Amino acid sequence: MVGAIRRLGALFINGVWQLGFITRFFWLILVYSGQSFTRIHLTLRELYFSGVMSLLIILVSGLFVGLVLGLQGYETLQRYGASDSLGTLVALSLVRELGPVVAGLLFASRAGSAVTAEIGLMKVTEQLKAMDMMAVSPIARVVAPRFWGGVISMPLLAALFSAMGVFGGWLIGVVAIGVDDGAFWSQMQSAVDFRYDVLNGVIKSCVFGVAVALIAVFEGYDCVPTAEGVSRAITRTVVSSALAILALDFVMTSFMFRG
Amino acid sequence: MSRTTLDLWVGVFVAMGIAALLFLALKVGSISGSDIQAPYTLSARFDNIGGLKARAPVKVAGVLVGRVTEIRYDNERFQAEVVFSVDGRYKFPTDTFANILTSGLLGEQYVGLDPGGEDKLLAPGDVIKKTQSAVVLEKLISQFMFNKAAEGDTAPAK
Repeated sequence: MVGAIRRLGALFINGVWQLGFITRFFWLILVYSGQSFTRIHLTLRELYFSGVMSLLIILVSGLFVGLVLGLQGYETLQRYGASDSLGTLVALSLVRELGPVVAGLLFASRAGSAVTAEIGLMKVTEQLKAMDMMAVSPIARVVAPRFWGGVISMPLLAALFSAMGVFGGWLIGVVAIGVDDGAFWSQMQSAVDFRYDVLNGVIKSCVFGVAVALIAVFEGYDCVPTAEGVSRAITRTVVSSALAILALDFVMTSFMFRG
Repeated sequence: MSRTTLDLWVGVFVAMGIAALLFLALKVGSISGSDIQAPYTLSARFDNIGGLKARAPVKVAGVLVGRVTEIRYDNERFQAEVVFSVDGRYKFPTDTFANILTSGLLGEQYVGLDPGGEDKLLAPGDVIKKTQSAVVLEKLISQFMFNKAAEGDTAPAK
């Protein structure tokens, strides 16, 4: 009994300790960003590894999500004789929710885990310490470029996901099923507002980008420097990014799209 | 040398992302600020606004001329006050009629304006005095039912 309470307390204290550390870590990244931007090719390289390399999975999943939305949306809408609103349904659900969230989840498992593994292995092989010895800040040289690579690529990937999804919905709705092309686009355009829907979706994906990138670099930097510790850190990256994305999405949706 | 191909790919990626954003902005959505120019506000009081919401369209002869910006309850007149902004290119006479209409049977509700024949025009901030409330389906049905019931009472007496 006492042991259980003690474990609970330890868990809580550990959580608070980590929250404090991740905040300080975030601050350090911001402080060292300027220094790492002077060598911009480091960030560009990370943009390539986390952005360009995630393109394929994002585009393909976006297309499939759009196809499913088109099929499923048509199935429901045609019962009420409202199949012309298919475009509205597909575009609104993608731009507001599915685009940022699903792209964020995919990005966390595709790029976030890779970043954690890379930094974790650098720590295991004591490369980070070696950099410190040579008066090269590992945060400026290793962490900040990976963080910014993730933050920059996330909104772009989410926009590509949404665009691809709308294309998939169009493919199923207009080309395969035969919903009227003009009604599909015009109803979509009259329902989707640039500032209210599209811009809020972009803001969401930016926030997810910061969350996923921060969790990924933090877990890598903070991991226990053993093979097992690195594998645990990768698992934690994927799990906590997914939880963070879904929780943040709920909070932002309740602020952004009320009424 | 390999850094240049990497730069190229990053460039392609960023360009694709921006193109997708443009696609979302122009093809999927509509930039709401641009189609309403130099807006001015008008307001109208209704007995019942039904399901009208902020950002609902304001139409004249079916053409979108503005949007509802605010809906509040006037506690002195016991009426709903609907404030809407209208495109500055369009002016309406003072005896304009404001209705709350529904697009389609189950569609969204919007404010429809019917211009009158007066020479004087509504100035920014003016209140439209002639209004007609939203049609509440339940009221319509109950009215119809009562009428039918009344017919049923009188029919056997004849």
